[in-house]
Amino acid sequence: MGHAYTPGLTVTERTTVRKRRLLPIPGTVMVAQGDRVKADTVVAQTELPGKVHSVNVANLLGIAPDEVLDYLIMKEGDPVQKDDVIAENKPFIKFLKTEVRSPVQGTIDTVSTVTGQVLLREPPHRLELLAYIDGTVAEVHSRQGVTIEADCTLVQGIFGVGGETWGELQMGVTSPDEALTPDKLTSGMKGKIVAGGSFLGADTLARAREIGVAALVIGGIHDKDLRALLGYDLGVAITGAEKIGITLILTEGFGTIPMAAKTFALLSRHQGQKASVSGATQIRAGVIRPEIIIPAGVTSVQSQAAVERGGIQVGDYVRVIRDPLFGRIGQVSALPPDLRQIETESHVRVLEVGFPDKTRAIIPRANVEILEG
Amino acid sequence: MSAATQAPHNKAADLPLSVIIATDCGSTTTKAILIEKQGDTFRQTFRGEAPTTVEAPFEDVTRGVLNAIAEVEELSGRKILDGEKIVTPAGAGGNPKAGVDIYVSTSSAGGGLQMMVAGAVQSMTGESAQRCALGAGAIVMDVLASNDGRLPHEKIERIRSLRPDMILLSGGTDGGTVTHVVEMAEYISAAEPRPRLGMTYSLPLIYAGNAQARDRVTDILGKKTALVVTDNIRPTLERENLAPARNKIHDLFLEHVMAQAPGYKKLISWAGAPIVPTPAAVGFIMEALAKRDGINLIGVDIGGATTDVFSVYGGVFNRTVSANLGMSYSISNVLAEAGLANIMRWVPFDLDEQTLRNRIKNKMIRPTTIPQTLDELQIEQAIAREALRLALIHHKSLATGLKGVQQERTISDIFEQKASGGSLIDMLKLDLIVGSGGILSHAPRRIQSMLMMVDAYEPLGFTTLSVDSIFMMPHLGVLSTVNEKAATDVFVHDCLVYLGTCIAPIGQGRDGEKCAEYQIAFEGSRQPESGTLAFGELRLIALGDNERAKVTMKPVKQVDLGEGKGVSVTREARGGAVGLMLDGRGRPLQLPTDARTRVAALTRWHQAVGLYPQKSL
Repeated sequence: MGHAYTPGLTVTERTTVRKRRLLPIPGTVMVAQGDRVKADTVVAQTELPGKVHSVNVANLLGIAPDEVLDYLIMKEGDPVQKDDVIAENKPFIKFLKTEVRSPVQGTIDTVSTVTGQVLLREPPHRLELLAYIDGTVAEVHSRQGVTIEADCTLVQGIFGVGGETWGELQMGVTSPDEALTPDKLTSGMKGKIVAGGSFLGADTLARAREIGVAALVIGGIHDKDLRALLGYDLGVAITGAEKIGITLILTEGFGTIPMAAKTFALLSRHQGQKASVSGATQIRAGVIRPEIIIPAGVTSVQSQAAVERGGIQVGDYVRVIRDPLFGRIGQVSALPPDLRQIETESHVRVLEVGFPDKTRAIIPRANVEILEG
Repeated sequence: MSAATQAPHNKAADLPLSVIIATDCGSTTTKAILIEKQGDTFRQTFRGEAPTTVEAPFEDVTRGVLNAIAEVEELSGRKILDGEKIVTPAGAGGNPKAGVDIYVSTSSAGGGLQMMVAGAVQSMTGESAQRCALGAGAIVMDVLASNDGRLPHEKIERIRSLRPDMILLSGGTDGGTVTHVVEMAEYISAAEPRPRLGMTYSLPLIYAGNAQARDRVTDILGKKTALVVTDNIRPTLERENLAPARNKIHDLFLEHVMAQAPGYKKLISWAGAPIVPTPAAVGFIMEALAKRDGINLIGVDIGGATTDVFSVYGGVFNRTVSANLGMSYSISNVLAEAGLANIMRWVPFDLDEQTLRNRIKNKMIRPTTIPQTLDELQIEQAIAREALRLALIHHKSLATGLKGVQQERTISDIFEQKASGGSLIDMLKLDLIVGSGGILSHAPRRIQSMLMMVDAYEPLGFTTLSVDSIFMMPHLGVLSTVNEKAATDVFVHDCLVYLGTCIAPIGQGRDGEKCAEYQIAFEGSRQPESGTLAFGELRLIALGDNERAKVTMKPVKQVDLGEGKGVSVTREARGGAVGLMLDGRGRPLQLPTDARTRVAALTRWHQAVGLYPQKSL
């Protein structure tokens, strides 16, 4: 692929995001096209079928499966309460009577004369789908959900855990290379999105959860602290469903890595504003990155037209994303067209990057990402 | 025994072709190759690559296909596209540099084919169903069975929460249990499963169980799923009959799953043969190779997210996919499954745990990066050894004979299995290992690919090793369904790169003590070589591509080369890009546990075979 390059993460002051909010199964859309919604507005809802429990009546009564109907005192579709008798035998001696009771409240779903089992279904429960961001309903997908559009400031992270949340954005440090230590977290940060600098450790995570911080945004963490947070070693980067009481977003990667200056400055400018964040990450085809969305307010702003990149160019700012210069940010100073042999003896396409300290390095093109936005 | 053969269905006689364009639509890239007839032989001539465009913002797979073909057009000077149409036949409009005779494609884009399977008894019909789905190229998300240890409501919840592309329900031999099969059907019905793609269509479900339960299953599932009934995959305890269900899987893959994926309807209309799931196509070509040469083989495709292992033993084909063992997206999972110590044992230097863990996670979140330094390359190759090893263990556990029965098949005579249900994978009877995937196909030195496979698989006795040059096995697999000669020609001439032969005596001894004496007689005028292989020694002897040598190994009394301890063995060995590797490190391979001794041993072996550039050692 002649034009191959790693698209970078978007960090931009003004853009328009469109979020598809879809139910897992068909239901009812609660808003109309053009409606203004808040992050906590219910935009669609549905009834999720209840849990199914099985009771093998034939086994419990010691009868053949095809006799089950004769012993049932309820039929398919009947409502039942927990401990209601659903089947019983009729012995000559009352003492030998056996009753089969429902383990749950719900309905009789199916009765099988082949297996002798009765399936009981708990009542359905309502699933409410929230808007997640403040914005406008741009499109309604009949019975499925909506697309919400918002003019906003957008920061994409590289990796995150934890689900969607929202709150006031607050900076926890004063410079991007400063670590977010536990003493920088105060009780006033409860329910807020706290952004830090280069690193946070397990002690900071523990303190944030104790206070009730909604989300943390940071340059990097150690893998061992992620393991401690999740309780297991994450094997594949498909996240967002963790129930850990906090959302965590990394902007740079694993290790101690100062947050990119542009990202830090952008977040600092919006301190005090409401932000919606999601840690959901999917690094597979159909990539999803964690995000911090800061709505621009009711007044619609002129969004920047999306510019389709033709590829990497001299002068572009890039972040090195592999050792030995991992995390450094510089500017592309040359794009040699020919393949170059690198230390591993592989022949790859490379570029030359100039760093702020005036040093230069030759790096495989696959090992940089463009700073977008 | 597992499996009827996995011959591609709808196989017609070879179509008369001279120019072929083939694509493989992978999760991240779409790869196109041009095949042209040169004299009597088909050769792969040009290739192109472009990002796959199944996902937003394009949401049309054909964009990536057109881009990849456009790159082939540019490189070859052949006009293949007319706007968004493929020009057929070759020589169209009297221009010999225009058009192709056929377009064929495979696909694993959008996560490939994801299936859930169910059987009555886990180790019997459950396993048969799993082998059937895997052989058809699917990723098996879960295997449900009456005795899988889960409570009914847990099974139902699991079925509901998974959103497979398709379900395969088996269970019972013909005339056997109806109850257990119906029970599984009832659970599926209660769960009201929904397909992964699309909200509005019914989930395809194949019933391939006890014929006597068909009516009941149809009553229960007919209205809730797109039910297709086919022959029982286990008509008797002693026999598996996987082909009809596999063929149905391929049909439904095209009709339902692919039809839901963006742009596939158009792609299907362009193709001159049914589009096949990528792993199924690789299986076709592996099986054709084993059949052609009358050999037992193991093939491996180690990708970014998954590792597929294929084997053909005594004509019996098996495939497994280790869904979360891979070198980029799943690299962190290799660490989680193998453990740090197992990875570090292959690394020829010291590294602290935190640094290694962070590096691996950084590769996971930025999967397209490549090793820039030698130590990074060595770490990746260490991880690859573990991914390969774990995937083979997984494969061995599923590539087994039928469990719990006296085997009928003649294969049991060949393999002298002591108990039914044993693994078919006997490393001593293995003739060829075929490696594929970036880390093997694109290793800077071919010896690196060879040693990764030797370390991971620990082949015994004489074993030939090879790699796929540019991962074109999927293209050739689907091509073999329309023109076997074209597929075989390209496979032999352009696809398979023979690395050489590994000769590994079985047994242990103290480092430096004699393991075996060897004599090598070469073809032509080259002088024979002889010598002594010591324990703990790795030795490389030059033997080029297309060269063969007669090797006599006389092991010491406690060492076996396949004919018994101390018995001399003479066999022909094939050369290749690496040559003959005499592996005196002993089997099973035991690495020193002490870090300093281990690093010293690794360094010695690496130097002996020229594994890495000298400056690092």
